Amino acid sequence: MPTIHFEGNDFFCAEDESILECMTRHGVMIPSSCQSGACQTCMIRAIEGTPTPESQQGLKDTMKAQNYFLACVCKPTEDMTIGLSVISPRQTVKLLSRDVLNESVIRLRLEEPEDFSYKAGQFINLVRPYDELTRSYSLASIPGDGFLELQVKRVADGQMSNWLFDGLTVGEEIQFFGPAGDCFYIPGAAEQPLLLVGTGTGLAPLYGILRHVLAEGHTGPVHLFHASLAAAGLYLEEELRRLAEQHEQLRYIPCVLHGDVPEGGQQGHIADLPASMLGSLSGYRAFLCGDPPIVNALRQKCFMGGVAMQDIHADPFVFSPTQEN
Amino acid sequence: MSTVYEQLGGEAAINAAVDIFYRKVLADHYVNRFFEGVDMEKQAAKQKGFLTMVTGGPNNYTGKDMREGHKHLVKMGLNDAHFDHILCHLRSTLAELGVAQDLIDTVISVAESTRDDVLDR
Repeated sequence: MPTIHFEGNDFFCAEDESILECMTRHGVMIPSSCQSGACQTCMIRAIEGTPTPESQQGLKDTMKAQNYFLACVCKPTEDMTIGLSVISPRQTVKLLSRDVLNESVIRLRLEEPEDFSYKAGQFINLVRPYDELTRSYSLASIPGDGFLELQVKRVADGQMSNWLFDGLTVGEEIQFFGPAGDCFYIPGAAEQPLLLVGTGTGLAPLYGILRHVLAEGHTGPVHLFHASLAAAGLYLEEELRRLAEQHEQLRYIPCVLHGDVPEGGQQGHIADLPASMLGSLSGYRAFLCGDPPIVNALRQKCFMGGVAMQDIHADPFVFSPTQEN
Repeated sequence: MSTVYEQLGGEAAINAAVDIFYRKVLADHYVNRFFEGVDMEKQAAKQKGFLTMVTGGPNNYTGKDMREGHKHLVKMGLNDAHFDHILCHLRSTLAELGVAQDLIDTVISVAESTRDDVLDR
């Protein structure tokens, strides 16, 4: 009789009983609806133990990779520890370097803690040690780089970004917890065409995903669209052009809404550009990062353009306004 | 007798059907305002539940669920004409997947049976 550990308590699961039924029987209410593995309302995460294959049917690959499963159709065969999310320990690391990438974006490199494990494209929550101010930033590095890289845009009146630009000094300590996020590349289907679209510092997670994709030997075409209002908002252009020269499957398309268009680039609304350049997007796997309204528009355009819902991975950034007046 | 759900090929087939069905719904300007601003992934999961139910797959949906889930849309003006559009998209989705006419009719009649619940009357 398997035991289910949940938030410090043990629950015995009867024979032929699903985890959802078991928890409900013990008075622990997990949100649920269809109770047949379709609606995904009862999705929960296995922190220890392996979810049954039936309980992961229909979930996105990125959710499966993080051991999410559907409690209503999981009849456990072994002891499991489950939770709504994984509680990650807080890490303290030094700032290794700070470089200017363009007039409003810097690159920070942080020490990578030992035994820290993440997937390129995930994000961490930075904590300012003296007042616990917390903001999320995507990782632009990939495991093996030996450091964690963030690309930070200065937000007008942004408390964290202005401190990262002007306050924090190299060698000083900063804290974070994480990683989190389900916008990442899972190796496999190496010939599948990939579409990476980012606005502003939406390039950060895409830069990590791109380098992961290339390191895995992905052979299908990879289209990277990086969009900004005007050319001055783009960054890492040289690096991305160099990568595109080295990898014939990679195409880098810098996009602007206004003004001069960089070489090989496009002008227009980024939500429209991928479909208008590439035609049908059927069969693509898409990674969409940046401002939420644009990411949501892209999500819909990609879906209508033929990308399967399961193959759309999105990370809409949320910018927190300042709290004080 | 096996269900339409089984004859279609079960869960994997329903996944494919959801993508086709949802695209048709979003492309239809007569009904797509009811789907503005919703989380596409959650919406797709709900549609999967709906397609699983109307094809006779494993589900626990009740009339009450259908009623509660659409009340806010009824307030926005959801009516029989919109419901007819959805049925039409369901019919053409199944036809596109090569489902036999008699099975389509069975599915449509199940979907039709939810009309009063969906429209909250």
